Amino acid sequence: MSDIPERDAIIKVRGLRNQFGPQVVHDNLDLDVWRGEVLGIVGGSGTGKSVLLRTIVGLNKPAAGTIEVLGTNVLTAPEEERRKVETRWGVAFQDGALFSSLTVLQNVMAPMREHLKLSTNLMKELGALKISLVGLPQLACDKLPSELSGGMRKRAALARALALDPQIVFLDEPTAGLDPVGAAAYDDLIGELQRSLGITVFMVTHDLDSLYAICDRIAVLAEKRVLVEGPIETMTDVDHPWVQEYFTGPRARAAQVKGIDTETGGA
Amino acid sequence: MSVLAAPDLQVAAQDGRATVRLSGALLTEFLADMEAPFAQAAPTETHVDIDLSPLTAFDTGGAWLVSQLRARLQTQGAEVQITGAADHLALIETVATATPEETPHELPEHGRWEWVADIGRKLVSGWDDALSLVSFLGQTLAGLADVIVRPHKVRWASLFTHMQDVGFNAVPIVALMGFLIGVVLGFQGASQLQQFGAEVFVVELIGISVLRELGILLTAIIVAGRSGSAFTASVGSMKVQQEIDAMQTLGLDPVRVLVVPRVLALLIMLPLLGFIANLFGLFGGALMSWVSLDVNPGMFLTRLHDNIAVKHLLVGMVKAPFFALVIGVVACWQAFQVKGSSTSVGQRTTSSVVQGIFLVIALDALFSIFFAQLGV
Repeated sequence: MSDIPERDAIIKVRGLRNQFGPQVVHDNLDLDVWRGEVLGIVGGSGTGKSVLLRTIVGLNKPAAGTIEVLGTNVLTAPEEERRKVETRWGVAFQDGALFSSLTVLQNVMAPMREHLKLSTNLMKELGALKISLVGLPQLACDKLPSELSGGMRKRAALARALALDPQIVFLDEPTAGLDPVGAAAYDDLIGELQRSLGITVFMVTHDLDSLYAICDRIAVLAEKRVLVEGPIETMTDVDHPWVQEYFTGPRARAAQVKGIDTETGGA
Repeated sequence: MSVLAAPDLQVAAQDGRATVRLSGALLTEFLADMEAPFAQAAPTETHVDIDLSPLTAFDTGGAWLVSQLRARLQTQGAEVQITGAADHLALIETVATATPEETPHELPEHGRWEWVADIGRKLVSGWDDALSLVSFLGQTLAGLADVIVRPHKVRWASLFTHMQDVGFNAVPIVALMGFLIGVVLGFQGASQLQQFGAEVFVVELIGISVLRELGILLTAIIVAGRSGSAFTASVGSMKVQQEIDAMQTLGLDPVRVLVVPRVLALLIMLPLLGFIANLFGLFGGALMSWVSLDVNPGMFLTRLHDNIAVKHLLVGMVKAPFFALVIGVVACWQAFQVKGSSTSVGQRTTSSVVQGIFLVIALDALFSIFFAQLGV
């Protein structure tokens, strides 16, 4: 894995067009996600952040454009090849989307059962490992999703997304609805997992703290395309009203101070 | 990704030091094959080197195997050193710290006398359910009384929507069912009564059984299956989505907002549906009598008029509101019992239909005894 050059686009989106009836959400959208980075997708409400995520993972069929993930064109590839790519990514939905009739451990084991030929005991051990990796206590293994708090559900969803050791993890608003302490802990967790497991993270978020704390690069969706992409420091120089408002507003300044604090504190 | 070489494990010993050399792609998908080699690798030397450098790919599954091996060798008293790429070593440490102390335990096995406790639990929960259902019935009746005394409190839009769903949309199926019941009764009655030369009594047979019992009973069963399940599913989903909690915080009484319009719609529409079923039952019976017994419609009507007292119709119709109340209250009560997840909605919907139909039939039996005692 390490012999592959750094700037290797793991996801390549070209000329994407999404439209629901007369409403065009994306038009001629291009985006590259580099291997091993944490990419944050931001944008105002209704700019199609979640639609972009759903389109890349194949839940939404675009009107035009190509999407290449791990070198496979996921829109035109035959079923079998697409399935193979699907086992190389994990998706954690906003509210977890855990299977409500299964326990947390069974949820994590579900993709393993489907794609790996492992003994049940081995799957249980690995499932328990993934649950512990995302910082859930072992007590949570036998709980049903309805018995968990919102934050725990998000962690359990992440454990399920990590079940097959994916190369890419998609996160839809991972810190939405968490308290600031919980959100910071979740950010740390994602950063740590990303470093130790070497995964690429594609994250849709509103959370400025997350952007400052863990994102290597940011892509801003506006005007139906990726308006600008780059490290967060470059965002304040962008001459666009929404971007200016977003990255120089009072909340951004507070997050920036915190981000610098954690960086110096961590070093 | 498919060109990855299968992993391999080799143990070599030299000068009191053992080397475990791992090569290939040590990934989760190869874990099943690698479990045995890892378990068998048992160097007895006190120094063991685990060499990861020939590995071409590595993930948490592989890291887990290596960290398990290290833990096992260490408990045997060996000194273990792992060498290899830095990110592989880091991954092993991450996994080793995260590995839970013990694997998740199975739920305790059921003991031999568990079934006794099970019966007890079922009895207690059955009694609790019965109490809760009765209290829910009380709340519903209070809500109904309230809107009857103060009609301006009726939620008309909601009421009419439910009346349409419960009543108007059910007319075709109820009419068809009534017609077929009449046909079946006419046909069966004809073939039996013909043996005694008493064909003409088929009119009484059809008239009394349809008007007194079957028309309204079968309508109630269809409505319990059709609308009872719909009530439980829709209100139950609202419970899952916390909409009912939201109502309470907004000062809205869920019983009055959700239950009363539904039950009221059933109270109004079930008698009408039963009446339609009666009409079509008689029509089907008359048609069949004409076809198979030559009892022409005029004769059928005359005999019906002369020999079937209105009380039979009334005995049937009087049961309709009670059936409606049972169906509506059971369905909504089940919906309020939904807990947590969508699975629960499914279970409660099933119980709602089963209990609704059962209680309707039980109530019908009670009415039969009641009317027999009264002599009507």
